[in-house]
Amino acid sequence: MNEITSAIQLIPLQHYIILSVTLFSIGMMGVLFRRNIIAILMCLELMFNSANLLLAAFSAYHSDPSGQVFVFFIMIVAAAEVAVGLSIVVMMKRNVESVDINLLNRLKW
Amino acid sequence: MVFLFYFLSAIMVISALLVVFSKSPINNVIYLIICFIAMAGHYILLNAQFLAVVHIIVYTGAIMVLFLFVIMLLNLNKAIIPQKSAAARILAVVTGGLFFLVLIAATRQTFVITPRYAFTSEIGLVANVGKTLFHEFLLPFEISSVLFISAMVGAVMFGKRDHSVGDD
Repeated sequence: MNEITSAIQLIPLQHYIILSVTLFSIGMMGVLFRRNIIAILMCLELMFNSANLLLAAFSAYHSDPSGQVFVFFIMIVAAAEVAVGLSIVVMMKRNVESVDINLLNRLKW
Repeated sequence: MVFLFYFLSAIMVISALLVVFSKSPINNVIYLIICFIAMAGHYILLNAQFLAVVHIIVYTGAIMVLFLFVIMLLNLNKAIIPQKSAAARILAVVTGGLFFLVLIAATRQTFVITPRYAFTSEIGLVANVGKTLFHEFLLPFEISSVLFISAMVGAVMFGKRDHSVGDD
């Protein structure tokens, strides 16, 4: 148990930064890569989580619980966002019979 | 323990890549769940035990189940999933890679932080997080309940069938 709680003293903060940057880039690549709106929402979740990981890492390295409270709030907002986003997906499927975002390209201008 | 960090990171990155590159929506959700469980392991390594539990309950237990329900409800399968053209996909990968390089270059020379408080391994326990949440962040906490109510009302409004257009 003691080994786990003191593990972060052995891992440099740099590694956590690189890990979250990697996850964020993968999420952004996914948003550009997919045309399925549900997959795009999942990639957004990935980006949310990379930010969460970075906040938790900084909070742990500073030994300050405020960062973890921020992560908690981000989770709250993400839950609300997913509920509304998925209901929009259901409505879109009902109206245009597809989950293809290219059918909504009139929203661009 | 350092080995555990690299192990969890490898799982996370590989499953995140599979979320992007696998075609079937059900597979996407399964890989995302694997990624989130690995992230809960990271939270435990970061002494954020409360966050690890909340992450498992909220993300894997609620959000991903919601995704699965919607995929089931819409009856999506591999045959009707739209794909971008090959050129657009290659461009997306190149853009993601360049973005990654820019972010790495920007954060490469991060200053060495001096910890604000002395190291304790107990910051992530429910007692400490709860004390911070209800002392310093009480107002945002209450406002988030308003956010939840409005999100719920919005989701119900979107989900309701529009009877003025005609039934089905």
